[in-house]
Amino acid sequence: MRLLLSGNEAIARGAWEASCHVASAYPGTPSTEILENIAFYKEIKAEWAPNEKVAFEAMLGASIGGARALVAMKHVGLNVAADPLMTSAYTGVNGGFVIISADDPGMHSSQNEQDNRIFARFAKIPLLEPSDSQEAHDFVKLAFEISEKYDTPVIVRTTTRISHAKGIVEVDDRKEVPIREYRKNPEKYTMIPAYARRRHEILENRLETLKNLSNSIEINRIEEGDNEIGIVASGIAYQYAREVFPEATFLKLGMPFPFPDDLFRKFSSMVKKIYVVEELEPFIEEQIRILGFEVTGKEKIPNTGELNPQIVRKALKNEDLQGIPVQKSVKRPPAMCPGCPHLGIFFELKKKRINVMGDIGCYTLAVLPPIESIDTTVDMGFSVSSVHGFNMARGESSAKKSVAVIGDSTFVHSGITGLIDIVYNRGFSTVIILDNHTTAMTGHQPHPATGRTIRGEPTKKLDFVELARAIGVEDIHVVDPHDLKATRKALKEALNYPGPSVIITDRPCVLLPDEWKKLQKNPKKVVDQELCQGDKCGNCFRLGCPAIVWKNGKAFIDPLLCVGCDLCIQTCPFDAIHPEDET
Amino acid sequence: MKSYNVIIAGVGGQGIILASELLALAAMEAGYDVKKSEVHGMSQRGGDVVSHVRFSEKVYSPLIEQGTCDLILAFEKAEALRYLHYLKPGEGVVVMNDLEIIPLPVTAGEDTYPENVEETIRNYANLVVVDAIKRAKELGNPRVANTIMLGVASRFFDIPEDVWIRVISNRVPRKTIEVNRKAFQLGRSIS
Ligand SMILES: Cc1ncc(C[n+]2csc(CCOP(=O)(O)OP(=O)(O)O)c2C)c(N)n1
Repeated sequence: MRLLLSGNEAIARGAWEASCHVASAYPGTPSTEILENIAFYKEIKAEWAPNEKVAFEAMLGASIGGARALVAMKHVGLNVAADPLMTSAYTGVNGGFVIISADDPGMHSSQNEQDNRIFARFAKIPLLEPSDSQEAHDFVKLAFEISEKYDTPVIVRTTTRISHAKGIVEVDDRKEVPIREYRKNPEKYTMIPAYARRRHEILENRLETLKNLSNSIEINRIEEGDNEIGIVASGIAYQYAREVFPEATFLKLGMPFPFPDDLFRKFSSMVKKIYVVEELEPFIEEQIRILGFEVTGKEKIPNTGELNPQIVRKALKNEDLQGIPVQKSVKRPPAMCPGCPHLGIFFELKKKRINVMGDIGCYTLAVLPPIESIDTTVDMGFSVSSVHGFNMARGESSAKKSVAVIGDSTFVHSGITGLIDIVYNRGFSTVIILDNHTTAMTGHQPHPATGRTIRGEPTKKLDFVELARAIGVEDIHVVDPHDLKATRKALKEALNYPGPSVIITDRPCVLLPDEWKKLQKNPKKVVDQELCQGDKCGNCFRLGCPAIVWKNGKAFIDPLLCVGCDLCIQTCPFDAIHPEDET
Repeated sequence: MKSYNVIIAGVGGQGIILASELLALAAMEAGYDVKKSEVHGMSQRGGDVVSHVRFSEKVYSPLIEQGTCDLILAFEKAEALRYLHYLKPGEGVVVMNDLEIIPLPVTAGEDTYPENVEETIRNYANLVVVDAIKRAKELGNPRVANTIMLGVASRFFDIPEDVWIRVISNRVPRKTIEVNRKAFQLGRSIS
């Protein structure tokens, strides 16, 4: 059967066919749809984990327990899971263990564009790099086999253009593989120094065996063309290079680590000049240079951003097919949604000129105009730990002017330990949990504080108030962020409280189906053009609600965008905004 | 077998992804190799959205190279301009919805909406402007505007009409199959 599948859908399908038994992930673009699609297959136990480290460890545990296990994450997720990753290379596996790392060159939705192929070399485990949906499907199956045969975790690395591009995939049926027997084996799975030293030797020997595999495996192959130019490429870069050099000889690498030295030597003897075409880091190029060969790679191909066919063509052929000049269009930055529950708190924070240690989620968009309220964003959980450090640097009075803001999903992911740090070290910082009852940024996945599993089944709901109290926070406020007065009051009290404070802004994301339906019943809001002071005021505009537009120097609410909340009414000092049925 | 490079562009929420899915499925059903690429995530929050669809005997890159695009299907006017330089010089086609969506930076006075969009495009390409929302309302369902647009674009591809109808019928809600079929045929008759 042939299906049109995205790389992520193909990975899910491949995992199912390979008799994957369990899978776990924390959402993150561009990896999210892998688990969402795996959850459709009832034969696979699928879960959202609170973060990538937990997901990784749960799946390594499942592998040790004999199951075929898959864990998926975006590139930065592997940083969070790096600790178990490095030592899982020592322990090896029981049931096949596949790690999907979905990288984001060009940072379509990420805070950096690190190249996770380097993690494979760092951990010394095999790396597979599909170059389209068909390979994504096939390589996941292959990865399970390699993992079991060579007793090693395997990384399958995609990028945004693999995960989110669609192509035709020839699919197959599931071939059931039984759960393997579990035998106690502390010398393999308990990494005390004495055992780990032995396992390190085993790891190095395994790497040599895997090098032989890399030289002979079908997915590393020479595709013969003319002998003027030879191109080495893997992943999406292979497709771009193929587009630009249809006639060349290719060394197509589906398994770029361990590097196939002998195969490369053979390839190099067949061609006159060698180009290495790869996105981001000179990962393949360096391995070739170690062998003592001269090649053209990063001196011509940029190591920042995404590649595409025209970049490759310009860099290596000095050609440009573009004939029409770039036209001036219009800026269309992403924005928070009309009626977004995050709008209210940032309106108040901005007004008071508070230092806002930010985090990652939809609310990060509050850094952009007209809200411009966020000072920092680094990684998930950073807000909570860093506001403590920031206040350490600037003294106790700083706590009256500084807060951390963090989404509910992000707080569960990695904000809790930061809050413990504040309390334990007698800090005085204020942490605001933006609880919109979902992981909105990545497309509304449930998380432990929503009380729902990946398949929508009810489960225990993590209670933020009880949690904060158990950690030792005494000043806790729960407010509706669409009630600006209450929000203002809570903020004032928390900032002045001589100790750690937590504010929970509690209101569901407007895009959640139930909330959306509820809002449809509300009357839209309109601006009385007589009363509106327009340019002289501009208060409602600073809310950053996309439904509020400026026409002829006055505020106007777009009825198609307005969701009928009454946030804007509360911002207007002149009572110029009211529900449409009251005019 | 001919090769086609198609860009479908618009604003988050306009249904770009579904439209490109329908085109890709129709091309696959018609026997082509197909790849399509778009980005999910951050860019959907009211930002511009673009999908590249390529179909031919064999497709390598999922991204279209600048200067090689055959047709731009734009659901919004400024979005047609944004990708104009992707067109093959002199022989490209733009099918454009007659709709302007004003973004926040324009409202805030930090940017201006482009003027004379149609003239600019005509300087470089064959332009078909479609008042898709009005036409869709005439059919009794404003939501079939995209299907009308697809119908207009469909005339430029070698994909049989019955394949289109089958693919669309499989993908839209049951109750709207008939109106979508009408919308597609209406679009296909516009020149
Ligand atoms: C380590 C890591 N994992 C995943 C992501 C992707 N990601 C960014 S923010 C976020 C969660 C957003 O949810 P929440 O904190 O609830 O905020 P919301 O978007 O709902 O406002 C995710 C999954 C990331 N940037 N880093």
